[in-house]
Amino acid sequence: MATLVFVESADGKIKKTSIEAVAYAAAMGGDVTAIALGAVDQAELENLGNFGAGKVLHADDDKLNAGVIQAYATVIAKAMEQTGADTLVLANSSLGAPVSARVSIKVGASLVSNVTDLPDTSAGFKVRRSIYTGKAFANVELTSDKKILAIKKNAAEVKETGGSAAVEKFNPELGDGDFAATITATDKAEGEILLPEAELVVSGGRGMKGPENWNMIEDLAKELGAATGCSKPVSDMGWRPHHEHVGQTGVKVSPQLYVAVGISGAIQHLAGVNSSKYIVVINKDPEAPFFKAADYGIVGDAFEVVPKLTEAIKAAK
Amino acid sequence: MKILVCITHVPDTTSRIAFTDDNTKFDTTGIQFIIGPYDDYALARAVELKEQSGGSITVLNVGEAETEPTIRKALAIGADEAIRVNAAPTDSFFVAQQIAHVAKEGDYDLILMGRESIDFNGGMVHGMVGELLGLPSFSPVMTLDIDGDTAKMSREIEGGKEKLEVKLPFVAGCQEPIAEWKIPNMRGIMSARTKPLNVVDPVDDSTQTKLENYELPPAKGEVKMIDAENVSELVDLLKNDAKVI
Ligand SMILES: Cc1cc2nc3c(=O)[nH]c(=O)nc-3n(C[C@H](O)[C@H](O)[C@H](O)COP(=O)(O)OP(=O)(O)OC[C@H]3O[C@@H](n4cnc5c(N)ncnc54)[C@H](O)[C@@H]3O)c2cc1C
Ligand SMILES: Nc1ncnc2c1ncn2[C@@H]1O[C@H](COP(=O)(O)O)[C@@H](O)[C@H]1O
Repeated sequence: MATLVFVESADGKIKKTSIEAVAYAAAMGGDVTAIALGAVDQAELENLGNFGAGKVLHADDDKLNAGVIQAYATVIAKAMEQTGADTLVLANSSLGAPVSARVSIKVGASLVSNVTDLPDTSAGFKVRRSIYTGKAFANVELTSDKKILAIKKNAAEVKETGGSAAVEKFNPELGDGDFAATITATDKAEGEILLPEAELVVSGGRGMKGPENWNMIEDLAKELGAATGCSKPVSDMGWRPHHEHVGQTGVKVSPQLYVAVGISGAIQHLAGVNSSKYIVVINKDPEAPFFKAADYGIVGDAFEVVPKLTEAIKAAK
Repeated sequence: MKILVCITHVPDTTSRIAFTDDNTKFDTTGIQFIIGPYDDYALARAVELKEQSGGSITVLNVGEAETEPTIRKALAIGADEAIRVNAAPTDSFFVAQQIAHVAKEGDYDLILMGRESIDFNGGMVHGMVGELLGLPSFSPVMTLDIDGDTAKMSREIEGGKEKLEVKLPFVAGCQEPIAEWKIPNMRGIMSARTKPLNVVDPVDDSTQTKLENYELPPAKGEVKMIDAENVSELVDLLKNDAKVI
């Protein structure tokens, strides 16, 4: 088996979700080649060897610094061809997902997204994927010779194997059609812990009463080293940015710990958090449905409990 | 402007998920079906674009006869006509092929979809259709404005968004806040009954995946309640039992 892994970067650094994708490919066995596009630090590329990549292709054309979906799909399809890869692995991200759909048509591959585990190759090639927004799983067979797996967070364990990968330039010819769309601006929160990748998340709901009270959520998040999230009404009302909204129609998180403050636990919110390892719920209403999905619960007024909790975490350090 | 909106027929977001036939079939007992919430955003934006600059909206669903009430609802919301490709949507590739075929025949200026279906959460059909048609594709699209033959969009990325510009035609997978969901009014409901709903046969039956079976996640254990006066107990549990902080 020869596997290609599409790795994404932000500010020159390989994303954590992409390192998981490399580790996933390594765990599958066979030859693993990674491909990175746009400007990435050389040391970061070499270090992919430490997670199981034997070789790294780098498409460092300046035009690829922005994630233009069509151009990325063309480069990755050509890299599959050049390396003879029968399988492509990538993180199920806002760039990886739309790119993988186009690549699947270009190379005629079976494509499965939201993959949660390593494949079962004992009879055919089968994977488990999350469906119904985390409420169930499906076991799916990929019936084409070529395969593409867009993996969810935590689908594989990251292991450092030691070693450094050889980096080769790979700049196939791109046509105007690949750049039919122009990215005119990118507007991204700097230095924050990204919600989809976060190991710890603190979320606030309508129970927080207003955006002016979010410093409580932020203080707790900071003390924990957590990302902040919110419920849909909170982002609908503009208390918090849209990309923080967790749930069925928002971000699906899979952290080690999800702390929900003043969120009732509507089924649509739970759909975004049900792959969290541990859930803590703080709500003044003992009947709040969220308690049924929680591991630990505190019935109380967030305005009293949250600052105390922040202090207790500080004290325990 | 001719707009094609692709809609799914999916269980309501509050549905309790269960399976039958040895975990190989979705249990529809007591399930209410709706237009996919993301598809509903796409449709709402299509209606607004039509209000602004005229044109027509065709809704398309790949599904068997039971999806027709859902299709009629889309007509009531403001689509002008509907096409149903008469086949069970077996996998993303199969569906994408059907949509690409209809899109080619209809020569649309804009193809709108949802960012993902909420049953299988594939998030793949728009990209596949874009590639099959040789058109750009974008998802998840948060805003979409059209001026002549040029569209300006914003697309969500991890931790923010990017702004894009592209010429029509193209394919977009939509999500909020692109438009507000529209509720059909009485006039819409009445006129939906007589709007054309054309049923066509599928063009090709090839697929690339095969479903083996379904699984439900293991049941969650009991919640451990902690006294609000004793938050340090929680910190202790998180640190020493759960080992997550
Ligand atoms: C198709 C569809 C998709 C949806 N998608 C999503 C989604 O992706 N994400 C999402 O979040 N929602 C989604 N929703 C909305 C969802 O149904 C709920 O309306 C929403 O999650 C409620 O948000 P909330 O818990 O913040 O507010 P509320 O339901 O109003 O709950 C507020 C909670 O705060 C508690 N509270 C109040 N004051 C305090 C206090 N001082 N201290 C402690 N607790 C307090 C209350 O007891 C209550 O439980 C969707 C709905 C639909 C129909
Ligand atoms: N059976 C179908 N009929 C019509 N459109 C569909 C169908 N399945 C998916 N789509 C469209 O493709 C989008 C993405 O679906 P998916 O890739 O399955 O998550 C949906 O939001 C719909 O707009």
